Amino acid sequence: MPLAAELAAPNAPTAIEAIGLMRSFGRRVAIRDLTFQIRDGECLALFGPNGAGKTTLLRVLAGLLRPTRGTARVAGVDLPGGADARAVVGLISHQTMLYAALTALENVEFSARLYGVPDPRAAAVRALDRMRLAERADSPVRSLSRGMQQRVSIARAIVHDPRVVLLDEPYTGLDEGGASALSDALQSSRSAGAALVLVTHHLSEGLALATHTAIMRDGLFVQYEARGTLGVDAYRDLYRDAVAR
Amino acid sequence: MSVRRPPGTLAAAALIARKDLAIEFRTRSAFLAALTFSLIAIVIFFFAWDATAVGAVDLAPGVLWVIFTFSGLLGLHRSFGVEEADRAIDALLASPVDREAVFLGKALANLAFVLGVQAVAIPAVALFYNLPLTRVIAPLAGIAVLAAIGLVSVGTLFSAMASNTRLAELLLPVLALPFFVPIVLPAAQSTARLLSGRPVVEAMSWLRILIAFDIVFVVACALAFPFTLED
Repeated sequence: MPLAAELAAPNAPTAIEAIGLMRSFGRRVAIRDLTFQIRDGECLALFGPNGAGKTTLLRVLAGLLRPTRGTARVAGVDLPGGADARAVVGLISHQTMLYAALTALENVEFSARLYGVPDPRAAAVRALDRMRLAERADSPVRSLSRGMQQRVSIARAIVHDPRVVLLDEPYTGLDEGGASALSDALQSSRSAGAALVLVTHHLSEGLALATHTAIMRDGLFVQYEARGTLGVDAYRDLYRDAVAR
Repeated sequence: MSVRRPPGTLAAAALIARKDLAIEFRTRSAFLAALTFSLIAIVIFFFAWDATAVGAVDLAPGVLWVIFTFSGLLGLHRSFGVEEADRAIDALLASPVDREAVFLGKALANLAFVLGVQAVAIPAVALFYNLPLTRVIAPLAGIAVLAAIGLVSVGTLFSAMASNTRLAELLLPVLALPFFVPIVLPAAQSTARLLSGRPVVEAMSWLRILIAFDIVFVVACALAFPFTLED
């Protein structure tokens, strides 16, 4: 049974804040009335069935979608906000967001340059090394396996040491080594003070990292709490009850 | 988590343009397609041409600008196609660079693409139609650059709009071609005057229209571009 991740200091600065957050697409409401707060060093694991609104929430927090109503703040900046808010966020999705014709190193270095990272080449090499992919740095992304592409994508997202890391099904396609490298990288980011929002269908992976958990259904948090000592099996029962209600 | 300083608009645009050109250089897919289209079009026009009925200098401007218009669309479609392939556009938009920098970077890469096609197509047309290219090369290059600026401004905007749809390949020409007319018309008219040996001053009225539309399209498209990226 994984132990609950250690909670961040209660007086740590707020990294993410949502107040009455709502986003709709035409008549369809994807997220409704979400209010929560995540401090530096905390990790919110977000579970829920397909179509619950998890990805929409991440896209709002990444500044890719404008909230229809309510307020979302990242690092104290109202979203969708400007460069200041986006500069502190790293986004990992189940889509790799990479350029297939460029090498792994070129993809990560391009991202480092966009974020103004000093010595972007060295930072890109370090990020690939963290994802245990340094030996394939010069391979075109299109020649890499799906799991390796996902690792490059993660290196791309963390190359600027973001204060907030948004992860949408990051374990998709990863083998055991890749999953372990990702978990290590996320733990290390958390230890350095980064706040994480992790969307996943894998309860064990989410609970291993989480300081807080939430279950979404129909755009709402139907469960939100600080991570206790509940084991994976017990949490699975809780999840089933929450989404079946 | 040290403080970073993201690049300014021009530096970010240069980064994006360099990335796009690197991708095109690796794949060469759109450039080769555009060149192939251009050369085939030149040959078809040449063999359909009755030299006893229409003079070369009367036909060539039309041939040139038909080729530039349609070969340009191939590059413009690719511009946001590479971003949509694996949603790389999300990473670009989530980064701290301005939306205007994304537009400018894409437009710069598209401009290099269109100018590259023109650099091959103009001598090819001159060769087929035996045009006095050396006499008019400088002003003709100027017209080509001015027209390319207008075409890529409009094309980049509509490429972004169309890329998010299922019918991107169909939608881009439908949206862009009507807006190409105010660019292609003065460009073709200016080219016709130059090739027929008239002084550049006779083409000035058309060039002024071309420059005016360039300014309008560059400004309007740069301002409208961020809205095309909203879901």
